[in-house]
Order: sequence, then C-alpha cells, then structure tokens
Amino acid sequence: MLKKLRFLLAGITGLLFTFYFLDFAGWTDGWLNLARLQLVPALLAGSLLVVVALILVTLVFGRIYCSVICPLGIFQDVVAWLAKKVNRKKRYVFSRENRTLRYGVLIIVVIAFLSGATVLLSLLDPYSAFGRMVVHVFRPVYLALNNLLAWVFNGLGNYTFYHVDIYVLSGVSLVVGLLTFGVITWLAWRYGRTWCNTVCPVGTFLGFLSRYSLGKVEIDKQACVSCGLCEKKCKAACIDSKTKKIDHSRCVDCFNCLSACHKQGIKYRFAWKKKRVEPETDTSKRRFVATVGALVMALPDKALAQAQTIVKNNKPWKKQHPLSPPGSQSARHLLDHCTACHLCVAKCPSKVLKPAFMDYGLGGMMQPKMDFEHGFCNFDCTVCSEVCPNGALLPLTKEEKHKLQMGRVVFVRENCIVFADETSCGACSEHCPTQAVSMVPYKNGLTIPSVNPDICVGCGGCEYVCPVRPFRAIYIEGNPEHLQAKAFIESEKKEVILDDFGF
Amino acid sequence: MNRREFLKTLALTGVATTLKWDGVMDIMAHALPGSAADCDLVAVMGGEPAEMFRRAITEFGGIGKFVKPGQKVVVKPNIGWDKVPELAGNTNPELIVEIINQCFAAGAEEVVVFDHTCDDWRKCYKNSGIEDAAKAAGAKVMPAHEESYYREVSLPHGKNLKTAKVHKAILDCDVWINVPILKNHGGAKMTISMKNHMGIVWDRGFFHKNDLQQCIADICTINKPAILNVVDAYRMMKTNGPRGKSAADVVLTKSLFMSTDIVAVDTAATKFFNQVEAMPLEVVGHLAKGEELKVGTMNIDSLKVKRIKI
Repeated sequence: MLKKLRFLLAGITGLLFTFYFLDFAGWTDGWLNLARLQLVPALLAGSLLVVVALILVTLVFGRIYCSVICPLGIFQDVVAWLAKKVNRKKRYVFSRENRTLRYGVLIIVVIAFLSGATVLLSLLDPYSAFGRMVVHVFRPVYLALNNLLAWVFNGLGNYTFYHVDIYVLSGVSLVVGLLTFGVITWLAWRYGRTWCNTVCPVGTFLGFLSRYSLGKVEIDKQACVSCGLCEKKCKAACIDSKTKKIDHSRCVDCFNCLSACHKQGIKYRFAWKKKRVEPETDTSKRRFVATVGALVMALPDKALAQAQTIVKNNKPWKKQHPLSPPGSQSARHLLDHCTACHLCVAKCPSKVLKPAFMDYGLGGMMQPKMDFEHGFCNFDCTVCSEVCPNGALLPLTKEEKHKLQMGRVVFVRENCIVFADETSCGACSEHCPTQAVSMVPYKNGLTIPSVNPDICVGCGGCEYVCPVRPFRAIYIEGNPEHLQAKAFIESEKKEVILDDFGF
Repeated sequence: MNRREFLKTLALTGVATTLKWDGVMDIMAHALPGSAADCDLVAVMGGEPAEMFRRAITEFGGIGKFVKPGQKVVVKPNIGWDKVPELAGNTNPELIVEIINQCFAAGAEEVVVFDHTCDDWRKCYKNSGIEDAAKAAGAKVMPAHEESYYREVSLPHGKNLKTAKVHKAILDCDVWINVPILKNHGGAKMTISMKNHMGIVWDRGFFHKNDLQQCIADICTINKPAILNVVDAYRMMKTNGPRGKSAADVVLTKSLFMSTDIVAVDTAATKFFNQVEAMPLEVVGHLAKGEELKVGTMNIDSLKVKRIKI
C-alpha cells in the first residue's frame, strides 16, 4: 500500500519534472514549477517556508523526499527497477555506512560554496545534476524525436510539429551531463541508492535528520526470522537482517522491504527511537571521491583547449565581463545562488542562455551566461527570471526588463561593412529595441551605426545579427553589476492627415 | 489566358515606355478589352484594411485574375517582429485574412502563410495576430526558422546574389502574393515589397555582407516572382524602422497600394512615405537597382494608375 503510494507520487513527480525540462514548445507554460520544492534551490532562494516544510516532513516521515520529491532519486529507482527486470535474481546486500565520506563531502561542499566555489555544490546537488542530465543528454534525444515527427508530418503538409535546431550548448556541461548520467545509471543499476547514501549532500543532510524521524521502518525482533528477504530488496543497503537492525540515516522510505516479508516482521511505524550504526570505512566507495576529484581536476585543462583564433584583417576584441542573465542582478549574486540546473537554459525561447565555462571563474562554472551565437534576448521576455527556483534570477516584470541594462554596446567601426565596403547594412540598428544603435548619415547617402550605450539594454540583437566575421563590428560588453538603462527619447509623435498619395 | 494577356500587355507597356510614346497605354488597354491591364497600379486611401483590398482588387478584375481553382497559394506577409498590430512592425492581420478568404473563394486548394522572422518566430507569429487569424481563415501557417525549410535556387540575373536558399513554400506553390507593410528601414532605407523578399530567404547575413541594396534587387529576379504585391499602409512606421521603439513611430495612414510591378509599387509607396518623412527615391538604392535588373519600373507616370479615396 505504502509502496504503491510512493510509486504513484514518484511517477507523477518524475514525469512532470522530466517533461518540464524537455519541453521547448511551451506546452508546460504555467505548470507548477516543482523545482521550487527542491531543498538546495529553496535554501539558496531563501524560501524559508519550503525549507522548514521539508525538514518537518523528514522529521515526521523520514527521507520520503529522496523517494518522491528528488528527481534524481526517482531516476535511480527507475534504473534499479529496470535492472531488476533484466536480472530477476538481482539481490542487494547490506553494507556499512561510510560516515566519513558522507559528512566529509557535505562539509567540503559547504566550505567550497562559502568560499565562492559554487561549482562543487552545482555538481553534487541532486536536482541540478538531474537538470543538467535532462538538458544535455535527454533533451537532444527528445528534440531529435520531435524532428523525426516534424519530418513525417511536414511531409504530409501538417505543421503541428516543427523542426528545431540541435546543437551542443556547452562542451563542459555536455561532458558533465554525460558523466552524471553514466555514473548515476551505473551505480543505480549495480548498487541501488549508493550515490544518495555516500555522496549526495542532500541525502546526507536529510539522512542525519531521518535518524530522529517519527516514522521509521522497523524490524519486529520477535516476528523476524532473519531470512534476509528484506535485505535483498533494500536498494539503500541499509537493512542488516542478521543483527535485525536498520540504518535509518540511509533508508529512503521506498517500502520495498515491507511487502517482501512473509512474517510481517518489518513495518513502518511512528515512534521515537534512536539508533546508531558504527562508522566503518568502506573502500569500495572511495571511487566517488576519485570521480568527483578527477572531474574537478580535469576541467581547467579544457580551458586551455578553447584558445581564440585571431584573424588579421578584422579587428579583434575580447569581452572583459560575461553577460549574466536578466534578473541575476550581478555576477556575484549569480555565483552565490545558482547551482546550474540549466532550467533557464532549457526554457529560454531565444536560445540566448548557455552554460558558462570559465567566464565567471572556476567557481561559477556551468552557470548561465548570455551568448549571442544562436539568438538574442527578447525585449519583452522574462521567462528565465520566472522559472529560476534558486533565486539566482529574480523575477522581473516586462517594464523592469525594459529598463534593465545587462551590458553595454560597443561599436568597432573598423569592422563595420558600411565603413569597410561602403555599402548599406544596418542589421544591428534594425534589431535594436531602444535604438541605442541608430543609423546616422555617413557619405554617398549611406548611413553608419552610431551607439548610445546609456540607453542600451544589452539584449545582444546587434551582436547576434552583425554579419562580420570572425570578429563582429558590434558587441555587448557585460555589466558585472546590472544597471538601469536610461530612458530613450521617443520620436516626435505625428498626427498625419494625408490627402494625397504623393505621386 | 487572362494572365498571359496581362503579361503581354505589361511587356508591351515596357516597350511603349522605352519608345516614350505616350498614348500607347491607352491603345493597348483598348486593344485587349476586359483584360487585367485596365490598370497597373492601384492606390486606395481612407478605408479599413480588408475594405481597401476589396476595392483595389476589383480594379484588377478580381482575385480570380491571379488565383485559379485548385492552385496552391502562398500569402507572404512581413511577420518580422514580436510586435502587436498597433505597433506596425508586421503586416495587418485583417488584410492577410481578407486575402486568404478571397484566395479560397477563387478556388485555391491551399493557402500557406509564413515569414522568416527576426525576433523569435513563435512570438512573432503569435503576437502579430497573424498566426491565429490565418489559421482561423483556413490557411496553413508554416515555420521558417530553420534551414531545412529552404532549398537552394540559382539567380542567373542577380549581380551579387547568384544563388539563394528560398523557402520551400514559395518554390512549391503555384502562385504567391507578397504582402509587406510600409516601414522605414535603418539599413535599406525603406522596407516594402522588394525588401520583404528577405523573409523568403535563409541567409540574410549574405545580403548585409554583399551590398544590401544590390542583393535586395537580385533576389527579386527570382524566376517565380510574386504574382501580386499588396502594400499595407494602414499603419505606417515612419521612424526607427523596421523594428520601431514605440507607438510614436507609427502613423495611421489608412492606405493600400497594389501592383504586379514590384518596383513601381515600392516607388509609389516611397513617394507616399515621403509626404510624412523625407525619403528621396535615390537613397532607396534597391529601387534603381531593381529597375536596372528589369524587375520593374520606377517611372510611375508611364503606368496606368488608379487613385481611389474611400
């Protein structure tokens, strides 16, 4: 019964979550954003209500969070379930808790975060890890399936489905997403919930709380015959059937054990009961530290690989600061709040957000930045600021967005087509919503861009559309702290009464 | 048959123009009684968008002169920007609906609407009001935001633009109707019928890189030109085009221009625009370049023009 309830809840959460991240067509607009119920985002966003509620729920019921709220936990259960389908003889065996590793990781993550290396928390926060996995691994597959459908339907003259561009958003994030997917899948397939019970900082924190929870799975020592059936079913490997003890810090309340018992010797009960398991080193789990360590060590090397090419006949430039997304207030605010779940990246309809590499420094790796290769920030759009569960991007109204200056325009005259070729262009000015880039008289009836950075909002329309390569003739320099753009002067209003056609 | 006669007339008109033989027009018009050559260019003023279209197309002998039963028709508006109709960034949806309705009434099998937008295409299609209105009128609204919707064609008469990837809808249809909105343009000076072709091609960057004005003229040499150009000047963007900053850039001019001659209709519309904001024809480079490529004529006086005030 309890197990079925978990199945139902986990199924709903898992599907909603996954689809929310996959959707590009706006079908999930207005859906409940479950990401706001996640512990780390709620903590960073300062959503006291959610944090307190989650702690209370854990203190009353145990780690049900890990079974029905955490998408990464649900994903692991699905993998373990599949593993069981493939190998019906699959058995889990009790293992001892590796407390040093668990608390070690938690402490290191907290210290790293406090000292500005948010990247470690980003890597290990289960919600964010799940988000990246979906965005970088599942989403391309989903898009490819969509394109297949579009191909079939468009061929029949139906345009309900349409083609979408599939490309690598960021090499690092793709690698991290793939590694997360590979490691988590492999672990879940072989060992069930090992990740949650050794590495996951959220699992460790909630595990600590669940030692003292009211609701617990308990073994009835009179009824129990130590047959070991429950232990074999326990994907958290926290039931020791020989000593008839359960490590509640690792139990994720999946309730698989309850139905396994023929003697009704294991039950979920509400009671105060303290239990301690002796900590002991488990060498088999050290590979996690190695994995995480290797990952962190390997990343700076990639920085060197991304060297910029400089072509002589075109004046090169380099941005001093990255553009942080609308609502992020400053690069610092982003660094302190964002765990790189990439929900904003997935939801950006203009394809302007992409994970940063070293733009914000090592600590801010994978956090979103604005990049104008595939699109520019829509003047009226505030989607990213609305979906962010971490409070890293704070909600903006359309009016606030119109006045927000995320960066300032820079014009490189030497590279401009009007200057170099003496032909018309004006693509930049065309796209400028405030006419911070306007066309002014040049020569031979030509007009050339003229910029007024004070009224620029930093949307990047000009940089996106400028046809000059490799270095464009116009680009946006990021504001490390977002500013207010000065109001642009409206054109002279005209009430025209025309009585003639003019020809 | 009418279409053929019409083209013949047009060709002869061209000859007449070069011969500078005034009066040929009239003779021609009489020579082919009841043909579509009753006029070459219609300008209407003072009505609602649909009403003005109905009035103008009547002068051309009805939409049936252009659209035949069973044909696949493309109606190509300007849907470039994420703007509501009041801000005049995109063609008026009421006008588009009227044209779609008339095409179906003339027996069109299918009407397709699309544009290669500048802003995010889904927002443009939606907020312009064109997607919903066109769908409600029974037209198919096709995406154009991805390269796979385009096929390469060669432009043997183009100067700088020798090939271009053109939207499949244009290449696969029987006839297409070009329905731009009248706006000023920071780069091309004006965006009307000729400039509206940049919404049927994939690589606009090439245009900007290789003399924009020339490339606009070049794309108009495509071997399947629009059968009709309808310029929406119900609202006109006088300044800060083609995107516009605010409602102050827009004037309500309640007009419409229609012609089979793309250079002529753009010349007429530019002259009309010139009454509100100075816009000498010389600076709108693609007009003269279009004439040079024999896409049409800038000499409106050589044409039979109907001016209608409602």
